[in-house]
Amino acid sequence: MRPFDYMRAEDLQAATEAKGNGATVIAGGTNLLDLMKLEVMAPERLVDITRLDLHNTERTSGGGLRIGALVTNSDLAANPDVRRNWPVLSRALLAGATGQLRNKATTGGNLLQRTRCYYFYDTAMPCNKREPGSGCHARTGFNRIHAILGASDKCIATHPSDMAVAMRALDAEVEVQGSGGTRRMGLDALYRLPGDTPHIETSLAEGEIITAVILPPPPTAATQVYRKVRDRSSYAFALVSVAAVVAMDGARIREARLAFGGLGPMPWRDGEVERALEGQEPSDALFDCASDILLRDAQGQGSNDFKIPLARRTLKAVLREVTRTEAPA
Amino acid sequence: MQTTLKINGESWTLDVDPRTSLLDALRHHLDLTGTKKGCDHGQCGACTIILNGRRINSCLTLAVMHDGDEITTIEGLGEPGRLNPMQEAFVRHDGYQCGYCTPGQIMSATGMLDEVSQGWPSHVSASLEGDVPLSREEVAERMSGNLCRCSAYPGIVRAIRETAGEVSE
Ligand SMILES: Cc1cc2nc3c(=O)[nH]c(=O)nc-3n(C[C@H](O)[C@H](O)[C@H](O)COP(=O)(O)OP(=O)(O)OC[C@H]3O[C@@H](n4cnc5c(N)ncnc54)[C@H](O)[C@@H]3O)c2cc1C
Ligand code: FES
Ligand code: FES
Repeated sequence: MRPFDYMRAEDLQAATEAKGNGATVIAGGTNLLDLMKLEVMAPERLVDITRLDLHNTERTSGGGLRIGALVTNSDLAANPDVRRNWPVLSRALLAGATGQLRNKATTGGNLLQRTRCYYFYDTAMPCNKREPGSGCHARTGFNRIHAILGASDKCIATHPSDMAVAMRALDAEVEVQGSGGTRRMGLDALYRLPGDTPHIETSLAEGEIITAVILPPPPTAATQVYRKVRDRSSYAFALVSVAAVVAMDGARIREARLAFGGLGPMPWRDGEVERALEGQEPSDALFDCASDILLRDAQGQGSNDFKIPLARRTLKAVLREVTRTEAPA
Repeated sequence: MQTTLKINGESWTLDVDPRTSLLDALRHHLDLTGTKKGCDHGQCGACTIILNGRRINSCLTLAVMHDGDEITTIEGLGEPGRLNPMQEAFVRHDGYQCGYCTPGQIMSATGMLDEVSQGWPSHVSASLEGDVPLSREEVAERMSGNLCRCSAYPGIVRAIRETAGEVSE
């Protein structure tokens, strides 16, 4: 690991100032220190934000939930209010990493964890994300875990988080604070597609720190499911995952919110898929049609071609589950 | 940098390079070599310790981040001649072969049983609410962050379930 200066932020202002001056934020450290040991990341200065007062989860006046950026993945998954009213979020968190890691990993750090692309991790290889302009060997190399949606010819890495997929389905917003004050944005605005600049992963400004994630009030009368498909039954990143929040109105689907992990450079959501389902009676034909829409621009890269049929099958299985529809014989 | 750690009830002040992981601080600066280094990347669990009541991977955190924090290592649970019930159960059930992963397994299991007693669900729990019976499947899921190259898993699971009072031998 390269040497660095360490500073502990005593308040938020000190933290945003340090970040504005080029320091890298460290929270749980479970992603950053891994990457620093490999010298994939080599910050000259670290600002430790773990003593800031961002450890609480509480209801907002509007009935939503405000989750402090330093709330650990364990605490959030075990929070009784989350378990009862936003179970898809507990389920997504519990499907990620391990007990030890979740005890350290924080809400803000989980959102901003970096990709698990092998070429990003291997400093002997070119990688446009790690070293802009050096090239991407994943496109022609090993790409079993890579993106089928939203990638570019510069980068086909996926975002690895489970938690962020559930948050995207729940219409979560992040609250960030910088020298210019506080602002809020949806996850679609937080993350950026790779395009020609895969090293720019978020829209956070230089001094900005994530202070909280805000969930709108719990969805009413909806079934919430998180399904993760992976190479092992525990302790592996998602090949494909689906977070679904679906409400019925009699025999018809009233509302469907669906987010996907393992498919793209950010937790993926596609409004057209949801609109194709809403107002319709559930059936296998309808689920196929929704899958066609989701995958209309899907592009396999070779070793990840299997993700296209896998995404379809996983989406259909989840839709059957949340609408209680039998699979055709 | 000066850092004070409360380890197994005793206070230690050390002067470390900020790069020092908590694991290296324990092993190299304090001679507490019970805690093991396997992968050094959060993947194997050999370095598991209990920090402020929670099990964590000591390889993926910096010593300087833990000024004033309370740490329990395997030495703090018990030592030869005065083993605690979990340590004894590992011996009785052959919960190891080479023993390298064992301190991490025992620390992780100790933290895990505390999580269960607080009613925390797991990925394999059918319901997110209510009591969790500590089935073999629950133990396997909750302990998946501790790898054992000797594959002593059957004994590990038995030792943990017996200590939790789920099975009697
Ligand atoms: C072996 C292993 C297996 C894993 N498996 C899974 C899995 O199955 N599913 C999954 O979802 N994840 C998995 N993870 C990843 C884990 O979830 C992340 O490492 C963790 O969530 C990161 O949180 P942290 O607080 O430790 O972040 P840190 O490592 O502290 O930070 C991560 C990044 O976020 C930045 N940052 C942190 N907090 C803030 C903030 N408040 N404002 C601005 N920037 C910030 C940091 O600068 C850094 O770039 C795994 C990790 C490991 C090591
Ligand atoms: S040494 Fe820490 S998890 Fe392997
Ligand atoms: S006993 Fe040898 S690694 Fe577990």
